[in-house]
Amino acid sequence: MKQFFAFIRKEFFHVFRDRRTLLIMFGLPVAQIVLFGFALTSEVKDITLTVIDQSHDVNSQQLVSKIKSSSYFVVSEAAPGFNDIAGAFKNGTAKCALIFPANFGSDLQHRGRAPLQIITDGSDPNTAKTVVNYLTAITTAYQQEINPGKPLPYLIIPEPRMLYNEEGNGSLNFIPGVMALVLMIVCTALTSVSVVREKELGTMEILLVSPFRPLMVLIAKAIPYLILSLLNFILILVLAVFVLNVGIKGSIVLLFLESMLFIITCLSFGLMISNTTNSQQTALLLSMMGMMIPTMIFTGFMFPLENMPGVFQVIANLVPSHWYFLIIKAVMLKGLGFKYIWKETLVLLGMTLLLLTIALKNFKTRLS
Amino acid sequence: MAEKVIVCKELTKRFGDFYAVNKISFAVNKGEIFGFLGANGAGKTTAMRILCGLSHPSSGEAQVAGYDVYRQAESIKKNIGYMSQKFSLYENLTVAENIEFFGGVYRVPAAEIQKRSDALLQKLGLTGEAKKLVGALPLGWKQKLAFSVAIFHRPRIVFLDEPTGGVDPVTRRQFWDMIYEAAASGITVFVTTHYMDEAEYCDRVTIMVDGKVEALDAPSRLKAQFNANNMDEVFYQLARGAKRSGD
Amino acid sequence: MSTVVLDHITKHYDQGKVLAVNDVSLQVGAGELFGLIGPDGAGKTSLFRILTTLLLPDKGQASVLGYDCVKDYRQIRNRIGYMPGKFSLYQDLTVKENLDFFATLFGSSINENYALIKDIYEQIKPFNDRRAGKLSGGMKQKLALCCALIHKPEVLFLDEPTTGVDVVSRKEFWQMLKNLKQQGITILVSTPYMDEAVLCEKIALIQGGNILSVDTPDGIRSKFPVPLYAIRSDNIYQLLTALRKEPGVDSSYAFGESIHITLNEQQTNMAAIQQSMVAKGHTQLSMEQIQPGIEDSFIRLMNQAQPAIAWQRK
Repeated sequence: MKQFFAFIRKEFFHVFRDRRTLLIMFGLPVAQIVLFGFALTSEVKDITLTVIDQSHDVNSQQLVSKIKSSSYFVVSEAAPGFNDIAGAFKNGTAKCALIFPANFGSDLQHRGRAPLQIITDGSDPNTAKTVVNYLTAITTAYQQEINPGKPLPYLIIPEPRMLYNEEGNGSLNFIPGVMALVLMIVCTALTSVSVVREKELGTMEILLVSPFRPLMVLIAKAIPYLILSLLNFILILVLAVFVLNVGIKGSIVLLFLESMLFIITCLSFGLMISNTTNSQQTALLLSMMGMMIPTMIFTGFMFPLENMPGVFQVIANLVPSHWYFLIIKAVMLKGLGFKYIWKETLVLLGMTLLLLTIALKNFKTRLS
Repeated sequence: MAEKVIVCKELTKRFGDFYAVNKISFAVNKGEIFGFLGANGAGKTTAMRILCGLSHPSSGEAQVAGYDVYRQAESIKKNIGYMSQKFSLYENLTVAENIEFFGGVYRVPAAEIQKRSDALLQKLGLTGEAKKLVGALPLGWKQKLAFSVAIFHRPRIVFLDEPTGGVDPVTRRQFWDMIYEAAASGITVFVTTHYMDEAEYCDRVTIMVDGKVEALDAPSRLKAQFNANNMDEVFYQLARGAKRSGD
Repeated sequence: MSTVVLDHITKHYDQGKVLAVNDVSLQVGAGELFGLIGPDGAGKTSLFRILTTLLLPDKGQASVLGYDCVKDYRQIRNRIGYMPGKFSLYQDLTVKENLDFFATLFGSSINENYALIKDIYEQIKPFNDRRAGKLSGGMKQKLALCCALIHKPEVLFLDEPTTGVDVVSRKEFWQMLKNLKQQGITILVSTPYMDEAVLCEKIALIQGGNILSVDTPDGIRSKFPVPLYAIRSDNIYQLLTALRKEPGVDSSYAFGESIHITLNEQQTNMAAIQQSMVAKGHTQLSMEQIQPGIEDSFIRLMNQAQPAIAWQRK
């Protein structure tokens, strides 16, 4: 036992004396939260909108004032001509344009339908798409308002992200994604690198030759990173709550336990990598390829899974972080309890046991 | 008076308040085999880097192959060859590919590469192995090939950083045969080694201690000067007093 | 009973493609300072790893302190000290932390076996709080030796401890080994430097995975079968080239400032060689019969064995 604690102490020395490790460990979550939370969000706010109203009737003015009253748009009053739209896009004074044709109001009232042209700046396709969605939503809402009881000419397809996000807070979805990403970087990458570093230094030979049981070497290696990952997890939660104002709706204990499970998944993967590689670069590359990139692509936190080809959606099921993401989203953002996520938890548990078994089985008490 | 291909005057390299190389001065003649010895951390590697145009000195002067190390590093690089124990050739390229690559790097014309590489393979007895990966060759062959590649573009000076480390005694001597041959053809050889018997093969030897040149002369004279039987004793007498040592 | 026994050990790498150790047998007696002398790639590290239970041999049996290297690896691991070739300590831990860690790892403490490491440790103690990465080469080597000794091993395995280390530190290191030997520890050390062979009690010359000879250094030298001469002139390289063309000369190798030669037949005498060299214009010639060194023996044995061991790759 004394050996075990000496080992853990040594591991902490390694972490705290290496500025790069510390930076990755604690700088990264902060940077990611800030980046994903503020900068990279696809949420739009204060979009400059220019209106060309050739109809000037009650309906067009009511719709414009509805758009104005939403926090998403800033409507520029002076409506220029058609030719000015491209100019406004170019010099940035407008991001989209709304064009009411002549007779908009009368068409709507007499024929029950009227065309409305939305032009957006396609150079920023994500924003453009969102803008179209918002404008469509506002228009639909307005239409419902003036035509109570009548069937609508088109279906409303609300963006799924908005469903649990009434305040229009876009950082919500990123929090579980960032959590998965950061835990993975810390657990998988740092753990595998720290084991492989011992191989490079030649100290692994000494550790193996010592009476300390080789399996304990792995466990002692994993524990400091388990602790640090939990600290990291707490750090992310605190940042989410106090910096991004995202409330935790579900049980914190459940969140904690599920995260612990995921951390063990990542540690197992990290140990698995370190068993098969002999250089720090390879270990790092493998953890990137094996965990981080799939997390970015397949959890759905950066790119909506629903829009991906079917094959990708199937592959996503094989990625542990995909399940962790679903769990955290359910607990943290929707406030759901264990009975709604036991299936996901079971899948994650199964994956963890598999990875851990492979990692421990492949660990050799000798070299090569 | 022989032509001087390396001239250093008060050459100094400082890292903070640490003088890695402290006012060293020497000159190397054309075609000379110049041994560069020193304890670990004495400043050998730093000095060698400056002379290869890889690092700027803090002060002092140095000309290599007639070019100034401050301003004409690129011209220096074209006129020197370099080989070390740690890096010599690409293990996952074949013998022929390595020769072709390094020949190309030094802008040897393609026809000339072909001609010289045939001759080289013949001389080393590697003609049959030309298509083998370098990694599959025994260490001794690798080192001999590496040296041949380092002088493939007929540089004026070749820098050898512990070229024979870990090599068996027979190959080590064959390697020195190649060094002698290169020197006889007019290439100046600048070599570091940990084997003191190899110091005896040099025309002149420099011994660095704590960043300074403590001795510089022909081996026979150094032995007379220090009243020693062999270079090992000379080195031991000088380096024993060293204050610092590193990697 | 020998402390270390290698019995017909063979080891391949890369699925049998590379032969690293070829049918090696040798024994090291209790308390012996035994040297494994050979160039890189000779198989020294493979043998060390087999003995320290880190590698399994393909064929043959090995034992340390009577324990089998395959079956009883736990018992062996409790009783040996090992300094791997590329061993470099934890650079970010201090001298004391490194030592503490390795002591605890082997279930011991610095105080428990202080007497054993005292002489070596006192030299680096002033730098107790310095990180290992900031130590000089010689001091690192001392610290590494302390770490390997801290649990008072019965057998010490040192794989190329002096490679890349300068002459001064090498001399100090061998002095430390001599002192340790007096404490009764069996020491196996490997080195590519032939001049270190004489510092061992018994040596094995190894090349290309084969043992060339096992004996005391004097024993190996006395087995040199023919007279050996040293010849020198004021131009060694020209003399060497000339000697190689001389029909009476069997072998000629440069050894520092002289050339060591053996002659083809007993009838050829040295005077004839000298005359021939003088006739060819070599000046300041001198020659004498000398005692062969380990390196002379190694070269001769290696050349004899060469046909058998050259190109063992399949």
